[in-house]
Amino acid sequence: MKVKFSRPKSLNDIETHYCAGCGHGILNILVAKVVDELGIREKTIGVAPVGCAVLAYKYWNFDVSEAAHGRALAVATGIKRCHPDKVVFTYQGDGDLASIGMAETVHAANRGENITCVFVNNACYGMTGGQMAPTTIVGQKTITTPLGREPESGEGWPIRMAELLSGLKGVCFSVRAAVFNPQKVMQTYQYIKKAFINQIEGRGFSLVEVLSPCPAAWRKTPLESMKWIKEEMVKSFPLGVIKSG
Amino acid sequence: MSKVKNNIKLSVFEVRIKEDRCKGCQMCLFYCPGKCLELSSKLNKKGVKFAQYKEKNNCIGCGFCYFICPEGCIEIYQK
Repeated sequence: MKVKFSRPKSLNDIETHYCAGCGHGILNILVAKVVDELGIREKTIGVAPVGCAVLAYKYWNFDVSEAAHGRALAVATGIKRCHPDKVVFTYQGDGDLASIGMAETVHAANRGENITCVFVNNACYGMTGGQMAPTTIVGQKTITTPLGREPESGEGWPIRMAELLSGLKGVCFSVRAAVFNPQKVMQTYQYIKKAFINQIEGRGFSLVEVLSPCPAAWRKTPLESMKWIKEEMVKSFPLGVIKSG
Repeated sequence: MSKVKNNIKLSVFEVRIKEDRCKGCQMCLFYCPGKCLELSSKLNKKGVKFAQYKEKNNCIGCGFCYFICPEGCIEIYQK
């Protein structure tokens, strides 16, 4: 029998700790597939965040370093400057990249570090139970905003990282994708591949923001979560290439 | 990509699911265009009803179930 679709070699054959229907599982596989496709497994170094993907180093079959909360891009900068021939990427969530690590993120992007950043946006702090994050959309109910996020009462508006970083000169590629259906998953795969190719060609900082479901923290079933991204979340976070070239 | 044999449509593709890895999110069932997958009546080691490949189906090998599975426990083979 001929294999048509199989597990990537850059992914260890073990079970993940993610909840049923979590977008992290899909994205871990996509990153592993890109590394396989480009044939860079021997020279890839990933930096895992603090958050639900903290154990990502167990699942990928290449070198992965762990960073303090929010400091993945600072650690990646150090790794990339010591080993300019390696392919260095960070894999971060929204509490990590857009909240506690905002300074590191903006400055790494502004310096134009030649790094790829995969940003998993699930609009809440999933690991700690679903509190409001900077990316929580207006009106979204979380356990710290039980009436929905209200910008007028001082809770602010959701931060659009892809648009924010696209304004910086050091950023060469900024895109927002989603994984709410198989077509979008395949499109996200192409974007992540493009971001890795940009780094190999030395073009600068690439950001791929991915809208990802978090059924456990959103108190929804996996299918309802996918529907919610498609119908509600994309209104606040429009999909598409924001900066390229 | 399916061939007709004795008026019964036989798919040339086979979907293999590691049933003990399945967490029962049912996304593969929902996104399969030919509805070739179903939920098992049995429980796996985790105690959830897992997705399984129907015996009679018209799988076209599109790989939607493979791409959407967060656990990566689906593989597709061509006979």
